[in-house]
Amino acid sequence: MRSDARRDDGPKAPVWLRVLAYGGLVFLHFPILMVGLYAFNTEESAFSFPLKGFTLRWFQAAAEREDVLAAIKLSLQVSLASTAVALVLGSLLAGALYRRRFFGKEALNLMVILPIALPGIITGIALLSAFRLAEVSPNFWTIAVGHATFCVVMVYNNVVARLRRMPHSLLEASADLGADGLQTFRHVALPQMATALLAGGILAFALSFDELIVTTFTAGSEKTLPIWLLDQLGRPRDVPITNVVAVWVMLITAVPILVAWRLTRGTEDVAGSSR
Amino acid sequence: METLPPMALPSTARSRAPWTRAVSNVLYRHGTLYLLLLLTPPILWFGVVYLGSLLALLVQSFYTFDDFTMGVTPEFTWANYRALLDAANHDIILRTVGMAAAVTVASALVGFPVAYYMARYATGWRKGFFYIAVMLPMWASYIVKAYSWTVILSKGGIVYWLVERLYLLPALEWVLALPVVGGSSLSTSNLGRFLVFTYVWMPFMILPIQAAIERVPGNLLQAAADLGARPAQSFRTVLLPLAFPGVVAGSIFTFSLTLGDYIIPQLVGPPGLFIGNMVYTMQGSIGNMPMAASFTVVPIVIIGLYLTLARRLGAFDAL
Repeated sequence: MRSDARRDDGPKAPVWLRVLAYGGLVFLHFPILMVGLYAFNTEESAFSFPLKGFTLRWFQAAAEREDVLAAIKLSLQVSLASTAVALVLGSLLAGALYRRRFFGKEALNLMVILPIALPGIITGIALLSAFRLAEVSPNFWTIAVGHATFCVVMVYNNVVARLRRMPHSLLEASADLGADGLQTFRHVALPQMATALLAGGILAFALSFDELIVTTFTAGSEKTLPIWLLDQLGRPRDVPITNVVAVWVMLITAVPILVAWRLTRGTEDVAGSSR
Repeated sequence: METLPPMALPSTARSRAPWTRAVSNVLYRHGTLYLLLLLTPPILWFGVVYLGSLLALLVQSFYTFDDFTMGVTPEFTWANYRALLDAANHDIILRTVGMAAAVTVASALVGFPVAYYMARYATGWRKGFFYIAVMLPMWASYIVKAYSWTVILSKGGIVYWLVERLYLLPALEWVLALPVVGGSSLSTSNLGRFLVFTYVWMPFMILPIQAAIERVPGNLLQAAADLGARPAQSFRTVLLPLAFPGVVAGSIFTFSLTLGDYIIPQLVGPPGLFIGNMVYTMQGSIGNMPMAASFTVVPIVIIGLYLTLARRLGAFDAL
């Protein structure tokens, strides 16, 4: 039931529109390509263009840097912890909100969106002020708690969309066949939700892995990868390493995002929804 | 239906311990209890961690900061809010809101053609290609994107190189000499900062617009054409009004994200502070949490008003 086939004999875009559309894409990718290019630059300090020559040695140099590896490790750990929390809270919320109407539902909806709709600096400083009041000093868990709060929406959005498309008759049929709630969940609902959960989890992971603004407030002296990168910007000596790490960061998020895209694509029709 | 093993269900049903069935039955009959069980963990998390923190912040915005001892005492005062109206602080707020508005308008103008082409003309593999091509930069690391522009815009960087090759240096210098827009070089001008902001937030504008346009039924446009509307007319009177909620939905992100940012203003552009930088400095270097807190109330109020307005314009259905 894809609409592509029908649109194939539709009108062709006027030239000016195509130019604007592809121009927009070039604008979106040009800076990223430049960082990729500079990572291979032989020259050590400046940003000068054109580049002087091609080398791979910065990749090796970066791989030997303890501080880089430590930052990557911390970022991965934080992202995994906050993704796990977001998966639990997000799917509970989705399960509660997808069909029922009740008092306060709108408010709950808003509450999930708020951490990403409000500027990150507000979430960041609010958490910091609360941690201070509670006399908790910044550590791994303060970072993860902050991240989980704004990651919930990624899981929630994905799962709730999937549940809304899943016909309720599937669950009823399962009950009619004698399955209890747990079995229905395990054998009917969960398989339908699985890819949505995975995609939501990946997006939450990517969001957390890259978060900077909230993290600067909740991290204390811990250095996640984005904070490490921010720290580098004033240091001319480390420019080549910074470029290489920038490329790594891009790759670490790009691959999961592509996977998440594959997982949610073509799921407009959930199995069984045709009747 | 291949996900359902129909023969397996009854047998596992029989062998299952009876207590799970009992629990399932209770939950099925008492819908409210079930709902409460589902909702308790998320409500606790958001209520305690998130709303609790926001409340703590709000309360502290009324605390007193002593300039001499550099200490905070829990005595309630309006002084922090009154200080927001000082000329210097007032300027910061106007500068930030002005930039956020400019970035929002520019993202909509540049993003709309991309979204329009994606939704109405890109077919087959091209559609997937465009979607990925917008999504990847959107998810690409924020700090790397900001960093890349400091490289691109710096003197001796690629933009200056290109401008020189095209003999456009006098034109660039003329632009940079303009008030408000200009600065001593591209990377220390408001123009540079505006470019970086627009670049970083634009994908957040494209995708909602694309979704909104995609939802406009094609036969509406055909009907407009049948009734004699020229393409420009049906675009203006049919497509644009129906796609507008998408623009508003996107603008929530571009506006809000610019309003709270403090990294880009620190990396690119002239010295003038943004709300975010002020909050960061007040909290970090000076330790004046009450003043930082009252500063954050400004974007909260602005975004609150903006969300109310956006809701009226139907943007939430387009999210």
